[in-house]
Amino acid sequence: MATFEPVIMKGIGEIDLTDIDIYERNGGFAGLRKALREMTPDSVTAEVTNSNLRGRGGAGFPTGRKWGFLPKDGRERYLVVNCDEAEPGTFKDRMLLEYTPLQIIEGIAIAAYAIGAEQAYIYIRGEFLEGSRTFRRALAAAASRNYLGERIAGTDFSLDLVVHRGAGAYICGEETAQLESIEGKRGEPRLKPPFPAIAGLYGMPTVVNNVETLCYVKQIIERGAQWFAKIGPEKSPGPKIMSVSGHVKKPGNYEIPLGIPARELIEEYAGGLLPGRTLKAFQPGGASSAALFAEDLDVAIDFDSLGAKRTMLGSGGFVVMDDTACMVNCARTLTRFFEHESCGQCTPCREGGQWVARMVARLEAGEGSDEDLRVLNTINNTITGTNLCPLGDSIMPFLASVLRRFPEEFAAHVAHGGCPLKQTPVGAA
Amino acid sequence: MTPERLARGQELIARYPQPQSALIPFLQYCQEQDGYVTLQAMKDAGELVGVTPGEVESIASFYTLLFKEPAGKHIIQVCRTLSCSLRGADELQSYIKRKLGIGHLESSADGRFYYEEVECLAACDRAPCLQHNLEFHYDVTPAAFDSLLEQWLTQPPQPAMPAE
Repeated sequence: MATFEPVIMKGIGEIDLTDIDIYERNGGFAGLRKALREMTPDSVTAEVTNSNLRGRGGAGFPTGRKWGFLPKDGRERYLVVNCDEAEPGTFKDRMLLEYTPLQIIEGIAIAAYAIGAEQAYIYIRGEFLEGSRTFRRALAAAASRNYLGERIAGTDFSLDLVVHRGAGAYICGEETAQLESIEGKRGEPRLKPPFPAIAGLYGMPTVVNNVETLCYVKQIIERGAQWFAKIGPEKSPGPKIMSVSGHVKKPGNYEIPLGIPARELIEEYAGGLLPGRTLKAFQPGGASSAALFAEDLDVAIDFDSLGAKRTMLGSGGFVVMDDTACMVNCARTLTRFFEHESCGQCTPCREGGQWVARMVARLEAGEGSDEDLRVLNTINNTITGTNLCPLGDSIMPFLASVLRRFPEEFAAHVAHGGCPLKQTPVGAA
Repeated sequence: MTPERLARGQELIARYPQPQSALIPFLQYCQEQDGYVTLQAMKDAGELVGVTPGEVESIASFYTLLFKEPAGKHIIQVCRTLSCSLRGADELQSYIKRKLGIGHLESSADGRFYYEEVECLAACDRAPCLQHNLEFHYDVTPAAFDSLLEQWLTQPPQPAMPAE
C-alpha cells in the first residue's frame, strides 16, 4: 500500500473536522495565526511563490504569481473562491467542502490577508446543496471565534466571506464566467485581457483560487515553502488529490505526491483493475484531457510530464477504462457533455460541439459513415484554439486521442452497424 | 411583490456591492416556495435588482437548476457522464424510466415526479449516483432505487429545489 501521509485529507473519514473544536485541536487555524501575527501580506505571498504551488483547479497556474499580478493602486480587491467543481471525473472539492470546510476557510483568510482583500466570495456549485449547508455552519463557527469578521484574532485585518450558490452550469467553473455569474448575469466567459487581476469582480482587481489550492496555502504557511517544494518534481511540486473512478477496485480520492507513475496510482492507491480485466485507456485530468493507454502507465503524474504527453493533469479527475469499455460509447458520453455545457458564445464550440456530438452518437448507434470518420479526423483544428475559453478546446482531446489509438474500433462501428464489443456490465459474471 | 419577498430580496442585496448579484439567489428563494421560477418571480426579481423581466428570463434560462415550468415534487437527476456510465448508469436510467413511466426531462402526469439525466455530479467514486431534490444518493442499483422511492413517498413534503 502507498505510504504517502495525507496532508489536506488528513483526518477525513476518521475525525469530524467540521467540528471547530476538533479542527482546532488538530492544528486548525495555526496557519492563519502564524500569517497574521508573524508575517506581512508580502511575506505570505513570497512564501507561496517560493513553494511553487500551482493552482489545483485545472489550469495549474502558479498561485503566488497570480496574487502578485494585483495592481497596488488602492482600489478595493476581491478574493473569489472557486468551488464549482464539475469537471467530469473530479470529486475532490466536494469532499473538501463536506469534510474539511474549516481548512478551506483558513486558507481563504490567509489568501485574503496576502492580497489585501476584505471581501471574499465562495462560489459553490448549485448541486452541492448539502456541502453548502455544511460550509455555512463552518463559516458561522469560524466567525463566532473571530477567524472571520472584524479585526480577526485581534489584528487590523477584517474579512467578510459570502457564500454564493451556483444554479447549474459547468462553464461557471471558468473564472471569468464565474465572475459574471456572481454579478447576476449569464455565465458567459469574458474576453481576456483584461485579466481578473486588473478588472475582475465588479471591475475590481480579483484573484480566483480553487478550494484545494487554498487548503495547500494553509499548509504551506504552517509548514514552510521548502516542505512543499521538496515533494515531487521541482517545477510541479507538492501533494495533489487525485479523484480516481471508473474500472478500478477502489475508486476514491487519493492524495499523492506529484510525480508518481500512473501505474502506482491505479495499482497501489486504487487497488488495481477489476478481476480479469486489462487496461484500455485512462484520462488523467478530467473530461477535458486526452486519453492515455496501457503503454503510457509509467508516465509521471504531474503538470509537465502529462503536458509532454499531449494531455494534462487538469483538475486530477483520473478515469480508468478497461477492456469492456467501448471507446465510441465513452466518446459519445463526453462529446455530449461538452455539447450540453457550451455557453453558446463562440461558434466553433457551439456549432462544432453539436456537430461532433451528433456524429459520434450516429457512429455509436450504427448509423455512422466513413464520411463521419473523415470529418472527425480532420475537424480538430477548426474547433480547438478558436474559442474564448478552454471549454471549446476541451471537446476534441479525448475523442482525437482514442480515434488515433483505436481507429479500427470506430471503423468497426461503421462496418458492423453498431458496437462490435459485447459490453459486460460491472459485476456481471 | 409580497412584503416577505421584498424583505428577503433586500437581505440578499445587502450581501453584495451591486444589487444584480442577488438576482439568482432571489430566484432560488422564489423557486423553493413556488416549485419553479414563475413569471411573477421574474417580474419581482427584475423590479428588485433593476433589470427588465426579459433580461431576467434570459439570465434564468442559462442555468439548469432554475426551472421555468412546474417540474415535480420529486426531482430525480441521474448522472449520465463517463464515470457513472462505466459503472452501470445506463441500466439504472432505463430502470427508473420504466418504473416511473416518464422519460428524460419529463414530469409525471400527476406532477409528482420529474426525471432528468444530468452531467457529472462529482460523486464518481460511488457510481452510479443520483440526486433527489438535490440530496445525493450513491451506488444506486435498481433495487436500491426501489427502496429510495418508497422512502421518498412516505417522508413529509419538502421543497424540491431548496434555496439554501
